Amino acid sequence: MRSLSRLTTAGVLGAAALALLTGCLGSSDSGSGDQDANRNADAKKVELTFGSNSVKGGKSSAGATFVEDVLIPKFVADQKGKGVDVTVKFQGDGSDDEVYKQKLSLDLSNKSGPDLFQIDGIWVGEFAQANYIKPLTDTVGDAAKVDDWDGWKQIPESVQALGSYNGQRYGVPGGTDGRVLYFNKKLFQQAGLPADWQPKSWADIISAGQALKKIAGVTPIQINAGTAMGEATTMQGVLPLLVGTGATVNSDGKWLGNNEQLRQVLDFYHQVYSTGLGDPVLQREAKGRDKSFAEFAANKIGILLESDYFWRSVVEPKEGVAKMADRDTAVGWAMIPARQPGAGVKGQDFVSMSGGGATVINPNTKFPQQAWEFLQFMNSAEMVKESLAGAAKITQRSDVNSEVLKSDPMLSFVAEKVLPITQYRPGRAEYPKISAALQQATADVVGGKSTDAAAAAYGKAVETAAGGKDKVNSN
Amino acid sequence: MTSASAPPVPAEPVPGRGSGRRSGGGRGPARDVAGLGVGRALGFVAPAMLLIGAFLIFPALWTIYIGVTNYRLTGVEAVSPSIVGLSNYTKALNDALFHNALWLTLLFVLGSAIIGQNVLGFTLAWVMRRTRPAVRRTVEAFVLLAWILPSTVVAYLWVAFYDRDGGTLNSLLGTPGTAWLIDYPMACLVVFNTWRGTAFSMMLYSSALQAVPPSQLESARMVGASGWQTLRDVVFPHIRGHVLTNTLLISLWTANDFSPFLLTKGGPNHESETVPVYIYNVALQGGELGYSSAISFLLLIANLLVSLVYLRLLRRRS
Repeated sequence: MRSLSRLTTAGVLGAAALALLTGCLGSSDSGSGDQDANRNADAKKVELTFGSNSVKGGKSSAGATFVEDVLIPKFVADQKGKGVDVTVKFQGDGSDDEVYKQKLSLDLSNKSGPDLFQIDGIWVGEFAQANYIKPLTDTVGDAAKVDDWDGWKQIPESVQALGSYNGQRYGVPGGTDGRVLYFNKKLFQQAGLPADWQPKSWADIISAGQALKKIAGVTPIQINAGTAMGEATTMQGVLPLLVGTGATVNSDGKWLGNNEQLRQVLDFYHQVYSTGLGDPVLQREAKGRDKSFAEFAANKIGILLESDYFWRSVVEPKEGVAKMADRDTAVGWAMIPARQPGAGVKGQDFVSMSGGGATVINPNTKFPQQAWEFLQFMNSAEMVKESLAGAAKITQRSDVNSEVLKSDPMLSFVAEKVLPITQYRPGRAEYPKISAALQQATADVVGGKSTDAAAAAYGKAVETAAGGKDKVNSN
Repeated sequence: MTSASAPPVPAEPVPGRGSGRRSGGGRGPARDVAGLGVGRALGFVAPAMLLIGAFLIFPALWTIYIGVTNYRLTGVEAVSPSIVGLSNYTKALNDALFHNALWLTLLFVLGSAIIGQNVLGFTLAWVMRRTRPAVRRTVEAFVLLAWILPSTVVAYLWVAFYDRDGGTLNSLLGTPGTAWLIDYPMACLVVFNTWRGTAFSMMLYSSALQAVPPSQLESARMVGASGWQTLRDVVFPHIRGHVLTNTLLISLWTANDFSPFLLTKGGPNHESETVPVYIYNVALQGGELGYSSAISFLLLIANLLVSLVYLRLLRRRS
């Protein structure tokens, strides 16, 4: 009897709940789409929040310091001159990029989150599809106001693409980067390798690794692998190798499947991690990437594939997360070779991958006009120069680059030698799923599976992720 | 298990103190004993029902609903998810990673709860029964400390303990460079969770052992029963109900425990990905909210089944 009445109650409550549920899921976005872009345009008291995956004294410390100590105070002062009382709050984060992305997505799906935030260029597609972000012209409401900003002329097309999706601008990009092979000159000297090392093929990398292996306590090569490192595996591992085989992850709208080039990449992983040239355990550790940085800085890793971020923010002698006091003399760099000379994408001898982030406006901000003003202010030549704080970095603006890059040999190398031959990831919404499948394939290989088994599992995963066999290139 | 949000121990039918109609005796033929009338009675239960509805039933239904859609965290399906029927469930049943997660959860429950916490908890309770109060309280305090510390703090300590470079375990054993969490992830988690959750079993068994009449223990000793015989023939029959309750509770908590994520994130390469961790990884790392809801629902059903079996067992005993 008791259970019967309990059942009835549950039934009644259940019915009520189901009634509530219907149509709740998926923020049917009629609301935000019709918002007035000029809301609060004349407000005298404005509050903005700026979200970024950087934090003072931690991840990308220099960026956070700039925003908090320079950009925000200057913007506030600038606005005060116009009679507007602005408060900008910096919402810093210091976590893995994937975790930051999850947090942002959850915030945005509930129509909250910071008014402006920085995201990776490859998230633009899926965020745009989910209506978490909107084209700038929609958010700001006035196409001319956005398109006439003089900053666009200074930002190269390829870099603008980092903040665009389907040909529409969703945000202002924040510079780009290029990937190279870093090597420890001290270890190279011990191993009898040249200080101006430049491998011409993958075999050259392997033979340098074998020479380094003779030094006790040294891991010769670090090429990111596995799922724990997330996108760092794809960007600093699979993709630079893949373009070295002549393939790209997406060509003619079709995704890379289980084909010859993919297996060549996985074979290279196999060669590195099954013969003691790389440390397979490190690839599987939860904090493996940070540890690899620390080991490189401690002269325990010979060769490491990374972007110029490594030079600027990791082994940087003063502010880096793994400081190397003798960086300028101890760290060498070389272009990433194709598998064989001429075997790279577009027949290139050397290859690289580039990426970058963009700052976007939350479509649900209370102050869209002021947010756009902040975005312009942030990307003005003056502020971009300030953001460098004397150090060099490949910024989004050509006018600033031509001024600042000369002072840093590594970065001018990237700008002059690497950027002309580099490739960008496709700004498509499926990309993160494909990327995850690639990471899993490397995890399988490093974990001991055969190349063919890992490639076959990848081929299956890609067909699901891409939405059908006809959207995948395999042979 | 271990989570700090562990529900309080339900009142436990004490075996041997007999009577099938114990505490709930008044409920038999439910005539209106209190003289409230239906309306007022409903008024009294309404607040509780509302709470249960809002925090238990509604989320459960919500999970079922999301579970039949292809809702995602980002992308097109985040805006306009569509109903995909039972395909999430069929996918789960054919998903090797889900099978892997189920198997690992089973190992985790078996190793750390059914064997680890149970045996260690009972042993502590049994040994501590005769020691000096000062010693007993000290031991209890330490065991309890492991239970009440926040998960994040504990996870940090254990990561440091197992760490490959300069971890405590490696310096203790003189095995520098052994990556415990990478090479033996499940074993590490079992040890961790045994340590973490033993306090509950210890306390429950301590009080259960008080129910064993000292006279019977005395008689057993007089007739020369060995320690094991005493346990088997005198102590165990008295505490069988407690063992059942305890095992059920810690199994459920352990099966639903999320703290393995804090140690290994389910890695390396899914080798320690128990079901709750798998659900999290699918939902947030992979963004597949629909699919992860379907798996959550399967986990919910598994929990219900285990509870049902337990209730059956209890009923049969009484």
